[in-house]
Amino acid sequence: MNMRDLSSAKPLLQVDDLRVSLPTARGWAPALRGVSWRMERGQTVGLIGESGSGKSLTALALMGLLPERARVSGSIMLQGQELVGLPEPQLCQLRGARMAMVFQEPMTALNPLHPIWKQIAEPLRLHQHMSASDAKARALQLLERVQLPRARERLDAYPHELSGGQRQRVMISIALACSPDLLIADEPTTALDVTVQKEVLSLIKQLVHEDGMGLLLISHDLGLMQDQVDRVMVMYGGAVVESAATPDLFAHRAHPYTRGLFAARPRLGLARGTRLTTIPGSVPELMDFPAGCAFADRCSLAVDECRQTPPQAQSMASHGAGETPHVVSCPRWRLP
Amino acid sequence: MPNKNAVWQRALRHPSFVAGGAMVLLMVLCAVLSLFWSPYPVGDIDIPNKLASPSAAHWLGTDSLGRDIGSLLLVGSQNSLLVGFIAVGIGLGLGVPLGLLASARRGWVEEVIMRASDFTFAFPALLSAIMLTAIYGPGLVVSIVAIGIFNIPVFARISRGAANAVWARDYTAAARAAGKGPLAITLAHVLPNIASVLIVQATIQFAIAILAEAALSYLGLGTQPPQPSWGRMLNEAQSQMFQAPMLAVYPGAAIALAVLGLNLLGDGLRDVLDPRLARQR
Amino acid sequence: MPLFVLRRLLSFVLTLLATSAVVFAVLELLPGNAAQVILGETATPESIAAMEEKLGLNQPAATRYLNWMGGMLQGQTGLSISYDTPTGQLMAERMQVTLPLAVMAMGLTVALALALGIYAASQQNKAGDVGVMTLSQLGLALPNFWLAILLILLFAVHLEWVSAGGFPGWSEDDGGGMFEGIKALLLPAMALAAVQTAILTRVTRSAVLDTLREDFVRTARAKGLSRRQVLWGHVLRNAMIPVLTVMGLQFGNLITSAIVIENVFVLPGIGRLIFQAIANRDLIVVRDVVMLLSALVILINFCIDVLYAWIDPRLKAGHAE
Repeated sequence: MNMRDLSSAKPLLQVDDLRVSLPTARGWAPALRGVSWRMERGQTVGLIGESGSGKSLTALALMGLLPERARVSGSIMLQGQELVGLPEPQLCQLRGARMAMVFQEPMTALNPLHPIWKQIAEPLRLHQHMSASDAKARALQLLERVQLPRARERLDAYPHELSGGQRQRVMISIALACSPDLLIADEPTTALDVTVQKEVLSLIKQLVHEDGMGLLLISHDLGLMQDQVDRVMVMYGGAVVESAATPDLFAHRAHPYTRGLFAARPRLGLARGTRLTTIPGSVPELMDFPAGCAFADRCSLAVDECRQTPPQAQSMASHGAGETPHVVSCPRWRLP
Repeated sequence: MPNKNAVWQRALRHPSFVAGGAMVLLMVLCAVLSLFWSPYPVGDIDIPNKLASPSAAHWLGTDSLGRDIGSLLLVGSQNSLLVGFIAVGIGLGLGVPLGLLASARRGWVEEVIMRASDFTFAFPALLSAIMLTAIYGPGLVVSIVAIGIFNIPVFARISRGAANAVWARDYTAAARAAGKGPLAITLAHVLPNIASVLIVQATIQFAIAILAEAALSYLGLGTQPPQPSWGRMLNEAQSQMFQAPMLAVYPGAAIALAVLGLNLLGDGLRDVLDPRLARQR
Repeated sequence: MPLFVLRRLLSFVLTLLATSAVVFAVLELLPGNAAQVILGETATPESIAAMEEKLGLNQPAATRYLNWMGGMLQGQTGLSISYDTPTGQLMAERMQVTLPLAVMAMGLTVALALALGIYAASQQNKAGDVGVMTLSQLGLALPNFWLAILLILLFAVHLEWVSAGGFPGWSEDDGGGMFEGIKALLLPAMALAAVQTAILTRVTRSAVLDTLREDFVRTARAKGLSRRQVLWGHVLRNAMIPVLTVMGLQFGNLITSAIVIENVFVLPGIGRLIFQAIANRDLIVVRDVVMLLSALVILINFCIDVLYAWIDPRLKAGHAE
């Protein structure tokens, strides 16, 4: 057993039954339907799902950046401090300082009118009250840390002078500026060239490891997850359907949706004429999810119980993955 | 174009459209009515009764020559509508073909047309209208033409911009591949798709035309007596400001209501005809 | 940056030249000839001939154009027919009224519109926003000369706080002075500002709303900046770009609207000058004033372009926006 997992220490992040509803033309739509997990410093967690699964929404909920109209319930505890319902001024103190986020589109994420150093200096000046010159020096250190070539020249450059990969490095340096405890990366490499993707991902991995931060990595790409995170949560329809340590998930997938995801990956070496496997149907509108399991309408194993009752999370035997439980939310899954 | 019925349903529930439409309809009805009847003939001068306060006989009173204000306003609406229609008509009739041509031909044709319209934009419109009326003499026709000319670049720009978007779509590429000529494509595909943009702009330009004509008439360069014009009524009212202040209120209110109605109608049409156009205003 | 300014300067000069050519050409295209237009239908052939001589109509158009241009550049403008003074002098006198008027109106407009527009954007779809939008709809619909008359009715006729028109002059002799002058320009400036404020408010509001939707705003909030800090630090400067464009266009509008407003208030400005010149068929004045006003509008737009480059680093580098 790992010494870190002691109930007396406060976990880095504890999310309990997080629910988010969004107002739509047809009424309140449940966008997140009860997400829970717990992670410590130094742990890396991956959140995987397709568009509309609620993974980005989860990240925004953590940061408190949901649209004003959204209704949030449940609990998010960052090092013991409750974030749900926290007044905005206090949230502002935490954002950028104790938890930071890197977004998907580096091309548009930086203000085109401000020089690079200023954008990195901003959280430093805000949270650590640094002077401009100190902040600029620190910005240089950060840029060197994220391995931005010619960092000194780039300090005074403007975003349009940098490529996508370079801008994403800048974004990472902004996120790390105040040494946060939790880093959330929402599809950080999706918009980048394949060659650059690997570099940026390994950079994130290295920095997270060096600083002992907690990492929440969000993606739709299974392959990415395999090398990057210790634990994976699979989301569908606003709920976590399965979660396990990465090697465990890849070896033993339980939930029908997870199996569908894995089966749908195109593979080299298949016989010619083999049809690509797909998951039948498509993701319904938020209002149209069944009352029970979100996946019920597309699942080949579904029965009436699936459609009516929200499934309970059940732990299955984890196969040699230490203390990370393998949890499945599917009534059709019975412990052997 | 989307389902006509659905569009109507949306329209009737949209406050801007309904309010604006009602006001514009009122103006049109007044104009039509005044062709056949008005409380008093507008030529009737009645000096003994000049500058009378509102009464049962004259609901809004009389002006400095004893003419019934209500009748003047009513007949004046004809003037405003006429100017609006013809000026916008000129803009549509000449501007849209130019814009469509620019979009279909591209290359130097487009450059020339666009530079010419940019240039016309740079010229202060009211100033040029005043100059033209000065050169060719004041009057309704000259003012309409002057205002109309400045509608041409507006519609040329708008139709070219909208047409460019249509040309970029897949179904036009398909039509071209099928061998349809640019003229046929323009008529069959481009025009129907830019129609809503043009309609909205037309209501806006209509409002602008009414304001412009009122300004010209106020300066004495527009509609000449004895044809009543709201703008000229304002001018006459100004000299009576101390004796009969209300005289200045009615014609101005009429202009403002007409323009407001058209603007609201235009806003409503924009939302109704193409909700995508209206982003989050 | 210098390259950008140079290119804009070139464009400015070219537009100016083109404008002068057009102004000249339009007056060439008069029905009949200029002399006849000026003197009217009752003129005798001799007086027409004399006028033609005076106008130099016997010289070819190109020569006259060059003479005119050359004269303008050297500060020698044509002689007004009705006033028999150089147009330059006339215009300088009149600009002393019109320019302060335009500046006051623009100042009022910018101050009000930016405040209202930003407020409306921050209250999107709530009561404050709806209120501002309704007001601006009304503002757009008002003919500015009607508003002017209403203002006169209220403040001059009814309250008697200011006079109903006229301009006492900037110097203190004959009852003039700074304070008196500004008082006289106050109502006209308000009348001019009303419509422009309505337009600019809408533009500001939509520019701010559009900018608020940009990704970098989300990044700024993720850094821990409050909504207010984001508004002032990130949104406003970016939103100013489209707003500036409109402001530039508006200045041109203002100058021409001044023609009507100066007539309402009987102010001895450029607007009234050109109006009287047109009534008197004083084509020399008309030509020179139109040229001046067009040049002013083009100059303003040039300044706005340069201002863009100062604000937006992407333009300095020559990247298209």
